[in-house]
Amino acid sequence: MNWISNYVRPKINSLFSRREVPENLWSKCEECGTMLFHRELAENLNVCTNCDHHMGITPRDRFHALFDEGVFVEVPVPAPISDPLQFRDQKKYPERLKMAQRGTGEAEAMLVAEGEMGRTPIVAAAQNFGFMAGSMGMYVGNAIIAAAERAVKLKRPLILFSAAGGARMQEGILSLMQMPRTTVAVEMLKEAGLPYIVVLTHPTTGGVTASYAMLGDVHIAEPNALICFAGPRVIEQTIREKLPEGFQRAEYLLDHGMLDRVTHRRDMKVELVSILRMLMGMSPPVMGDLPSPGAMGAETSDEKTKT
Amino acid sequence: MQSYLEFEKPLAEIEGKAEELRAMGRANKEMDVEKEAKALDKKAEQLLKDLYKDLSPWRKCQVARHPNRPHCKDYIEALFTEYTPLAGDRNFADDHSVMGGLARLDGRPVMVIGHEKGNDTNSRIERNFGMARPEGYRKAIRLMDLADRFNVPVVTLVDTPGAYPGKGAEERGQSEAIARSTEKCLQLGVPLVSVIIGEGGSGGAVAFATANRVAMLEHSVYSVISPEGCASILWKDAEKMREAAEALRLTAQDLHKLGVIDRIIAEPMGGAQRGASAAIKAVGECIDDMITKLASLSRDEVRRERRKKFLNIGSKGLAA
Ligand SMILES: [Zn+2]
Repeated sequence: MNWISNYVRPKINSLFSRREVPENLWSKCEECGTMLFHRELAENLNVCTNCDHHMGITPRDRFHALFDEGVFVEVPVPAPISDPLQFRDQKKYPERLKMAQRGTGEAEAMLVAEGEMGRTPIVAAAQNFGFMAGSMGMYVGNAIIAAAERAVKLKRPLILFSAAGGARMQEGILSLMQMPRTTVAVEMLKEAGLPYIVVLTHPTTGGVTASYAMLGDVHIAEPNALICFAGPRVIEQTIREKLPEGFQRAEYLLDHGMLDRVTHRRDMKVELVSILRMLMGMSPPVMGDLPSPGAMGAETSDEKTKT
Repeated sequence: MQSYLEFEKPLAEIEGKAEELRAMGRANKEMDVEKEAKALDKKAEQLLKDLYKDLSPWRKCQVARHPNRPHCKDYIEALFTEYTPLAGDRNFADDHSVMGGLARLDGRPVMVIGHEKGNDTNSRIERNFGMARPEGYRKAIRLMDLADRFNVPVVTLVDTPGAYPGKGAEERGQSEAIARSTEKCLQLGVPLVSVIIGEGGSGGAVAFATANRVAMLEHSVYSVISPEGCASILWKDAEKMREAAEALRLTAQDLHKLGVIDRIIAEPMGGAQRGASAAIKAVGECIDDMITKLASLSRDEVRRERRKKFLNIGSKGLAA
């Protein structure tokens, strides 16, 4: 790592990820119908201020809130060969990829970063549901492997935020092969004795749930997240009956023993810091807003004082 | 009784005619039908060759699902001695869609595990059409673990449309069971070899086929999703399964090119359903050879070799 990636990159991430949120725009909560100003919603981490409905959040926005002072360094992900199957449905796969890249401003459906969270060094990976439904193809597989390798190298825990419609069909069997590949990544962490925490967000389904998302040392879900292998519609078609209210939602999975906790997005960071520091044998977290050592005053964030 | 697939209809007609002729000949001794019947046989033989010479991916799906194709139970009965089924996940139930137990292959103890689809209405229901529930994967995990502790190689036979999309299966942690089964495959310090004998349906297949060596029968298929499922999602029309089957590259030939599988096992002319014993014999020889070649590796080597193989998958595309 050179000076640019060590010093300039975090700054750049910090400045540019804090996108200007237009104040005069509003959107409607799909759950309770309340009109919410974009700025207000963004400040509340995309959780409805009226009903606590957890809306989607981009990996960049999530990392901005997760890492101290919003500073993180992206972990590079090796690019896979593009369109390995020369897949074409009604559109060509490369066209779909380009559309997703234009729509999100991201290269692919997963972002990996390292940095400090509550003064605790971590590596984090987050899946982007806005990018082709977060689907797991070779890039996502490579991202998880890169995240695990980086965590092992730095002896840090890995936190993974999952969100996906499942496997990337346009990569056919190679998307399916990401189930064993990402499982190898989880094994690397296990053998290195490093915690691997999965935060399951809405929705986490299919091959993603049936691999790295269900192999965490600790499973935490966001409220009401849909978490399943087969989706509710497929099941209803198979068994020809209506499914009960809340079926396959986070609270339902908690009841059925598949999760450790269901935690509000607002409280997630504090909880992750606490769990990780206990698992890593570190001193209790210092709550509140300490200036970072050596950067007194320069990096103080007025946003953080609110939490 | 041979049951014919949709695309085999012209063959059914010719073979039916030959059959009819011979029946007439038996009823009417002075009629000499044999010459004509033989000519029809020859015609049928040629047609079968033509049909199977270059099967389209969708036709391969149909062959892979053929009800007369030998299933897991047939392979176990014919290839292994002392097969001793071991049942249950020690937790909830015994899943009858997954067979498994200790057995000997050419004298060598192995743990054999596979999906069984059943071959008539009753057995199909009992076997849940080869769609495992969480208990099936958990039984497999238990048996793999047992094999690992006693240094017994593991053989898996894959033939499943996929995991069972049911309410109870989800409640009891289908995803976790599949993930743990894949994980167990990766942890084994003994050789794990896998043959896809029919359908390799998505996560349900991966949970068994994360192996040191994966072989496929010539007309079997292995895919992330069924062509029908893919068509209804990407084409918004389940009838576009031919196009989807084409695009998914699910044939043994394409998967070999992609480096996802290691070997292709030839089937008798007209598919394994037309020559079960030959197909079974070829699979047995392949399994034996794959295990033998891995036998000299240490526990650590066999584990590392398997991991490396999966980490490297995807480094080449079809064009390579
Ligand atoms: Zn609301």
